[in-house]
Amino acid sequence: MESSRREFLKVAGVSAVGMGIGTQPVLDAFAASGGESGEAKAPKMVRGENALTAVHWGMVIDTRKLETAADLEPLIEACHKVHNVPHHEIKRHEIKWIWETEYHHAFPGKSNKYLNEGAEHRPFLVLCNHCENPPCVRACPTKATFQREDGLVLMDFHRCIGCRFCMAACPFGARSFNFRDPRPFIPETNKKFPTRCKGVVEKCNFCAELLAEGKMPACVEASNGAIAFGDLDDPESEVRKLLRENYTIRRKQTLGTEPSVYYIV
Amino acid sequence: MSKKIYNKDQVIAGLVIFIALVSFPFWYNLGKAAPAPKVELTKQAKEAKFCVRPTEYMKAEHMQLLDVWRDTVAREGKRIYVNEAGKRFTMSLSNTCLDCHSNKAEFCDRCHNYASVDPYCYDCHIDNPKEKK
Amino acid sequence: MLELAIKGSKRYYGLLAALAGIAGLGGAFWLWQLDFGLGITGMSRDVSWGFYIAQFTFLVGVAAGGVMVVLPYYLHDYKAFGRITILGEFLAIAALVMCLLFIAVDLGQPMRMLNVIFYPTPNSILFWDMIVLNGYLFLNAVVGWNVLEAERNGTKYAPWVKVLVYISIPWAISIHTVTAYLYCGLPGRGFWLTAILAPRFLSSAFAAGPALLILLCLFVRRFTNFDPGREQIQSLAKIVTYALILNVFFFLCEVFVALYSKIPEHMDHLKYLFFGLHGHGALVPWMWTAMALMVLAIILLIPPKFRANENLLAISCGMVFLGTWIDKGLGMISGGFVPNPLHEVNEYIPTIPELIIALGVWATGFLVLTILYKVTVGVKEEAGA
Ligand code: SF4
Ligand code: SF4
Repeated sequence: MESSRREFLKVAGVSAVGMGIGTQPVLDAFAASGGESGEAKAPKMVRGENALTAVHWGMVIDTRKLETAADLEPLIEACHKVHNVPHHEIKRHEIKWIWETEYHHAFPGKSNKYLNEGAEHRPFLVLCNHCENPPCVRACPTKATFQREDGLVLMDFHRCIGCRFCMAACPFGARSFNFRDPRPFIPETNKKFPTRCKGVVEKCNFCAELLAEGKMPACVEASNGAIAFGDLDDPESEVRKLLRENYTIRRKQTLGTEPSVYYIV
Repeated sequence: MSKKIYNKDQVIAGLVIFIALVSFPFWYNLGKAAPAPKVELTKQAKEAKFCVRPTEYMKAEHMQLLDVWRDTVAREGKRIYVNEAGKRFTMSLSNTCLDCHSNKAEFCDRCHNYASVDPYCYDCHIDNPKEKK
Repeated sequence: MLELAIKGSKRYYGLLAALAGIAGLGGAFWLWQLDFGLGITGMSRDVSWGFYIAQFTFLVGVAAGGVMVVLPYYLHDYKAFGRITILGEFLAIAALVMCLLFIAVDLGQPMRMLNVIFYPTPNSILFWDMIVLNGYLFLNAVVGWNVLEAERNGTKYAPWVKVLVYISIPWAISIHTVTAYLYCGLPGRGFWLTAILAPRFLSSAFAAGPALLILLCLFVRRFTNFDPGREQIQSLAKIVTYALILNVFFFLCEVFVALYSKIPEHMDHLKYLFFGLHGHGALVPWMWTAMALMVLAIILLIPPKFRANENLLAISCGMVFLGTWIDKGLGMISGGFVPNPLHEVNEYIPTIPELIIALGVWATGFLVLTILYKVTVGVKEEAGA
């Protein structure tokens, strides 16, 4: 008995060391890229000069300017094309970052029995809300879903283990899972942007890759001014101006996730 | 618990066979190591002369560099790498590395195949950004 | 002690071979799933957890149920259970093996599983679930093995084993509590968003676990020379009875709150499960079956006369196990996802490959259980001889 216990401890020790070794190269690389060559010329990593920055990014969708499904179509297309979002024929495998739905699906708690014509018939755009208080981030066991300082809720696809806890946690159905290899189902690959592999979760990223180059998100660009994007923290920003001048609503406010996407109805 | 070893001979014979089997790959490959592959540089790469970091470093540590790049880009939103010479690069496997090394088969794959590593980078990152298809 | 596992009858080996065969079949389908992705299952972006996670949830309960023999023996000095604590602990081990396997087969990128350890994230309940489940597996393995070995050598186990036993008792509660917290802390999932979820999970666990244990005891008595004991079985039956009554009571509390308040986010899931919603009702017959089984089981378990009849008791326990399994292993998870957060109804129905993989995991668990029980019975038979 005594010896078998010792055996066990040995094995446990070895595996602990093994885990340490597993992470060692990464630490080395950080050390190397930090202060290796000694002098002031050590390599560094910075933000691009043109990068757009904000304290907290937000979006205002003026649904009055997006009246029909045909108005929404190009926005959705623009997003899905630039991000290599696949078109699966099987509904179960469906992946979407931004899509259209009806008022009472977008705002189930705010669906009056008698609605005005506009809200009743207008299609509504829904996407990840980049919540200030994101339950998906809270749930993720690996920090593959995380919140950046500027409020963006992003995915680190390298790290995601595909447990889909974040999908259960998101109260907006904003997330999709790669139930199979998406590549054969991407109609036209944008070679500048990666695809995903099977087994990871994905969702709207507020076009973080475009903001980094000084460009506005793809849907905003394609919206002919119906969607405004900017810094919610800056009283002078366009989004704040719109929020001052119009009555807006957000999805499921009562849950306290504090969505960063506002709707003018 | 001290116990006498029963069937000592058989145990030893068994051990010898076990060790022989486990070490099989070593002595089987003895003396016939495949020659290290030659990687080819594209014209663009040759002309550039200098990679992001010194060649020796890149040879040995490009994976660590890429690992830091991916964390920094994906998580911190910093996308520009300034090397010791002050030169700026966009930290992107497909758009920067493979832009210069556009011959993945003769550059990346040869060595990876030789070392028998199969990085899953290309499951997602486009491996032929220049190829029109 | 393991040598006891390899000296067995033809029937024993036949059982092992059958279980291994099913496990192998499941394994083969799992390889296919690894290659294709989770798309071979019935899950979707709306019902993003399905049969695997439901089995996981149910089996965490079975594992926690093992504590119902450990606790009376060690805390209340209820001597009779001394004979069967090992059976409870080994059942917990087998259940936990299945739990961990179900998590593994549910992951989209199982190769990256260790990321949970490399990037520890204490605000994620899944992180804690990993800790409590592995911890409980460890505790039961160490305790069970040491106690059994001591029994075989006719000695008393070391004092530190007892310390681990005491730790393992609250730990058993924790595994199912944390598992309930996976669900009940999520905003916007009205079906799970209820403080009674953890108590409900525990009560169904303490019904299902001991019910299975009773069946296993009867099986062991029938096919081996070790008799777990009539008193033991009767005491377990009482535990099952009370736990089952509590489980149904908690469920009715749930039903009252949802249906009387009429808050759609809470009510619609129950409506879907028991009556169907917008013409979708795949689970309706199942849910009513589960309810009928549980109520009938209560009726058959309460009168001491019925309970004393071991044949009837076996039937009741089968009903308890099946009823709680449907409730948790089918309804609990998909019920929470339908309707989805946009209030659309997209149903989930497991696919054949998914069921085969799940069956493979169950077979693996029972393989482990068979071997562990074989060793136990071997020791007990030696001691009895
Ligand atoms: S909308 Fe959903 S996915 Fe997006 S940040 Fe909020 S909780 Fe997360
Ligand atoms: S699926 Fe990926 S992103 Fe979502 S919770 Fe799991 S590890 Fe995190």
